[in-house]
Amino acid sequence: MSLLTPDIGLLFWMLVCFGIVFFVLAKFGFPIIVKMVEERKAFIDNSLNSAKEANERLAGIVKESEDIIKRSREEEVRILKEANEIKAKIIADAKQQAQVEVAKMIAESKLAIEKEKEKAMNEINNAIAETSISIAEKIMRKQLDKGDEQKAFVDKLISEAQSAA
Amino acid sequence: MSKNIFTIAISLIMSLAALAAAPANDSTAMANTDKKINIPEVIMHHIGDSYSWHIATLNGHDISIPLPVIVRGVDGKWHLFSSARFEHGHSAYNGFYISHSDKHSGKIVEINAQGEEVRPLDFSITKNVFSLFINSSILIIIVLLSARWYRNRDVQNGNPKGFIAAVEMFIMSVVDGIIKPCIGKNYKRYTPYLLTAFFFIFINNIMGLIPIFPGGANITGNIAITFTLAMFTFFIVNIFGTKEYWKEILWPHVPWWLKAPIPLMPLIEIIGMFTKPFALMIRLFANILAGHSVIIGLVCIVFVTVELGTAMNTGMTVLSVIMTTFVNFLEILVAYIQAYVFTILSAVFIGLSQVEPHHQHEGQH
Repeated sequence: MSLLTPDIGLLFWMLVCFGIVFFVLAKFGFPIIVKMVEERKAFIDNSLNSAKEANERLAGIVKESEDIIKRSREEEVRILKEANEIKAKIIADAKQQAQVEVAKMIAESKLAIEKEKEKAMNEINNAIAETSISIAEKIMRKQLDKGDEQKAFVDKLISEAQSAA
Repeated sequence: MSKNIFTIAISLIMSLAALAAAPANDSTAMANTDKKINIPEVIMHHIGDSYSWHIATLNGHDISIPLPVIVRGVDGKWHLFSSARFEHGHSAYNGFYISHSDKHSGKIVEINAQGEEVRPLDFSITKNVFSLFINSSILIIIVLLSARWYRNRDVQNGNPKGFIAAVEMFIMSVVDGIIKPCIGKNYKRYTPYLLTAFFFIFINNIMGLIPIFPGGANITGNIAITFTLAMFTFFIVNIFGTKEYWKEILWPHVPWWLKAPIPLMPLIEIIGMFTKPFALMIRLFANILAGHSVIIGLVCIVFVTVELGTAMNTGMTVLSVIMTTFVNFLEILVAYIQAYVFTILSAVFIGLSQVEPHHQHEGQH
């Protein structure tokens, strides 16, 4: 049956045709299209990935800013608290120091007063003694000598008077 | 398809029964009976090859495209002339004529010194060859036009629309649906061949279904075509086969007594090397041939039933048109399926020739 016997001419031309078609399409046709489609696929995948990454990063940034705000609030509270503490401490310190200073001043002034008083007393005593002597001199100008024995005797009399007073 | 033929046979028998019940006496039908239609001859003519492209017959005058005849005669000389010289097979030219004998029916022959009818070396551009040229050009134009769109563009310039998008989708459906899963990791190397085979078969199948001039030739239903395609697959499978592939053929994983002293399994494997492309060749050839035959057979119902009277002829014509339309749709499906099957089997055979050495757990049988 002629249907089942390949014709040599047709075989030859088929080989030529298919060979040319194969060569042309394999070189200039299919690989370009397939390559482009695969590149496009890779590009889309990349884009999706980077979009995902960007979203993730954005979420990270939002969280970070929230953290920063939260931290700064805490800091604020802490600083305020510290300032209050410092204020209280300074006030307390000042009070204490003032008290000490005042006590010291009081003590010093007491001492000074005491000294002045003593000095004044001494001066008064001297003055009294001088005065008494002069009075006594005046009284018994001629009777008594102006000796040291006399003066000691008068001092003794004055201190007796003082202690009596 | 056999179911369709069965249906047709039933309807034919029923119409004959109707004829017996009411005999027609249409005179025109009776007048035409002397010019009886020979269906097998019509079918063989349409599915076979020819030296000119017959388009139509108008008022007894054949309209056909003459094609160049290229033959090398017994005298050792090449002859190139138009097939119009044969005057539709009625006359000889330079000793060459179209045979009507059983052996070389429809082919160019000449008489050798012994007075025997012999075939010269025939490289004529026949109807099939010419059609092959047309279809190949169409395929190249379609693919290159699509490829040109991509050539001047970057990935970020978007994707194609319309026809090019359809071509791209079709190509990628073959790549992703057939080539990648069947071959595996080395698929890139074989993609151009398998795509070419797929679209070559597909376009020739589809063009064969178009009944008028640029189409209608029975190309993929010709054994020379499918033989060439199968040989391409055969060589690609065996040339690029891995070491493991040859080891599995010559020294397969079977008990030793199946391999020596009589190499039973290697013999079976070697036969298998040839049956695979043989199956490819026969499957495509037989499917397309059958499709063409069925369609022509169904169309012939119109002419066969002329002698059964006008009423019967009208009825059968309607039936014929319905059936032909149906089978044509079926054949469009078959055109795709056969291209798909050829490609998927080629891809599977290539995939099998890409085997890597087996792991230990597989080596025990």
